[in-house]
Amino acid sequence: MITLALRMLFNDRAKYLMLVSGVAFASLLMIQQSGVFCGLMSWTYSSLRNLRAPIWVMDPKVEQVNDPKPLRDTDVFRVRSIDGVAWAAPLYTGNVQGRLPNGNFKLVQLVGLDNNTFTGAPGPEKFLAGSLEDLRLPNTVIIDDFAVQRLSDGLTNPDGTTRKIGVGDVFDINDHEARVVGIVKAYRSFTGGPYVFTTYDRALQYAPPTRRMLSFVLAAPVEGMDPAVIAERITRESGLQAQSEANFRHLTLFWFVKNTGIPISFGTTVLLGLIVGLVISGQTYYTFILENARSIAAFKAMGASMPLLIRMLITQSVVAGLIGFGIGVGLAAGFGYLTAPKGQPPFFLLPEILFGVAGFILLITISAALLGVIKVARMDPDTVFRG
Amino acid sequence: MSDAPIPAIQISHVSKSFGQGQALVEALKDVSLEAFLGEMFFLVGPSGCGKTTLLSILCSTLKPTSGNVKVLGTDLTAASNRRLTRFRREHVGFVFQQFNLIPTLTITENVSVPLLLAGRGASAANRLAKEALDRVGLGDKIALRPGKLSGGQQQRVAIARALVHSPDLIVCDEPTSALDSETGHQIMEILDEVARDSKRCVIVVTHDPRILGFADRLAEMEDGRILKITTGTAHATG
Repeated sequence: MITLALRMLFNDRAKYLMLVSGVAFASLLMIQQSGVFCGLMSWTYSSLRNLRAPIWVMDPKVEQVNDPKPLRDTDVFRVRSIDGVAWAAPLYTGNVQGRLPNGNFKLVQLVGLDNNTFTGAPGPEKFLAGSLEDLRLPNTVIIDDFAVQRLSDGLTNPDGTTRKIGVGDVFDINDHEARVVGIVKAYRSFTGGPYVFTTYDRALQYAPPTRRMLSFVLAAPVEGMDPAVIAERITRESGLQAQSEANFRHLTLFWFVKNTGIPISFGTTVLLGLIVGLVISGQTYYTFILENARSIAAFKAMGASMPLLIRMLITQSVVAGLIGFGIGVGLAAGFGYLTAPKGQPPFFLLPEILFGVAGFILLITISAALLGVIKVARMDPDTVFRG
Repeated sequence: MSDAPIPAIQISHVSKSFGQGQALVEALKDVSLEAFLGEMFFLVGPSGCGKTTLLSILCSTLKPTSGNVKVLGTDLTAASNRRLTRFRREHVGFVFQQFNLIPTLTITENVSVPLLLAGRGASAANRLAKEALDRVGLGDKIALRPGKLSGGQQQRVAIARALVHSPDLIVCDEPTSALDSETGHQIMEILDEVARDSKRCVIVVTHDPRILGFADRLAEMEDGRILKITTGTAHATG
């Protein structure tokens, strides 16, 4: 009977397509919007992904990685002196204006790495051109792949054709020369400015001077120690705030969730997807039940039990829902595939999103089926004898 | 040993009312009758006289307000809904006025429904459904959907569906009212053959005077009561 129930559904082409389309659209909307939301949220902690260090030490008032409060330079030494700390290095991060060859200005995310160790610098596997060691040369910077797009305005070849910025090219940061010696692949920053890496001392020259310039102290525990434990010890003994990388990532992410309208905006769209899916599939399936009311009453008259009818209705609805969900996932993945090369809009499809949306779709389809079940339960088998 | 007819239906003093208070409608009033295996028993009378209500009670899709209903040895008045559902599944075949075939399934699939409900496997149900369609002369149309058939052919599919699981009681609600005279006659011949050759009790509710000649006995109803039960011409002609 379950097979017959599915054939009843599949052979009613118009209803079936409507039902599947409704669920597919709802799935697409929920997955795509959730994916873009996660992509956007992943941008908020890009600095933590681009600058790898097990422990981040900062001013106690810092709430997230994009808004550092300056520290004293001596804080680096205080951190180094704490038992269990293997190493500690200074880091500058800040937004500064870069001037392009055509005279335009673009905001860049300036990163100043420890002069000697380049602690936190992108690994060799991230390099698309040049090398990290060249950062020891005067007035040098390493840019990310996004900077290649953003900082190439006005660059031309001798024959007048346009070209992209590359190793050896020069631009200005606050009237200081910045010569490109490397290009790396990096996660995009939330502010939209490309990453420009240089040494700590040179970053202080590029950045507008303030009384304190140190943004963070990057640190690591001695081998075998838990970063969270050492971070707690640094906090306790230095009076600064220290977070393990994972903790700081969560703090940053939830700061944006709590303090911006982004989750509400995307959440509303996801909710709309849910409602649209529920309404379309619920209404279509209910119409399907109404149109088959006499057949279902005939089944009841012929001796179909209520549990069997419920199984038939739920199977019809859930199967249509899962097919629609599959199509929705495919369309959302297609969207991600098409936008991935540009990275805009950001799309980050977590398995949790798929499981969550699958759960919502099951909820929608079972709710739709239950509407039908209520109708069928109220249907007398002797309906078939009435005109 | 005797050739005494075996009772299929025994109902006594059955009443059925709907609604309450001023809206109370007494559809059946103190109805008693007996019908036998191998018999074509007709319920006739004007619209609203209670014949469809009586048919519903006979096939256990409706419970009486009072009285006793015994069908094929089972006391339907005392049975639970679950038991009644099982009773209909195993012992009753239905032929409806509007055929009630599922338009999105083939006629073979439609006919296989009672077998699948009874728990038969899909391939056995399919085979038996094809045999039943063959018996009603539709063996060459097994892959078609009901919409591709004429009204008479659809009613034959409904008869095949009613017979496929070999029930002892077949209830027919206005089986010829949607058909022309000749087709109606053919349908009644099939039902007549089923009653006589397979010794089943066929109950027919009808308004159609053209088919009354097929009745072994007729119960004439009016205002919820049976006025009289007469012997039909089918019995007279043997």
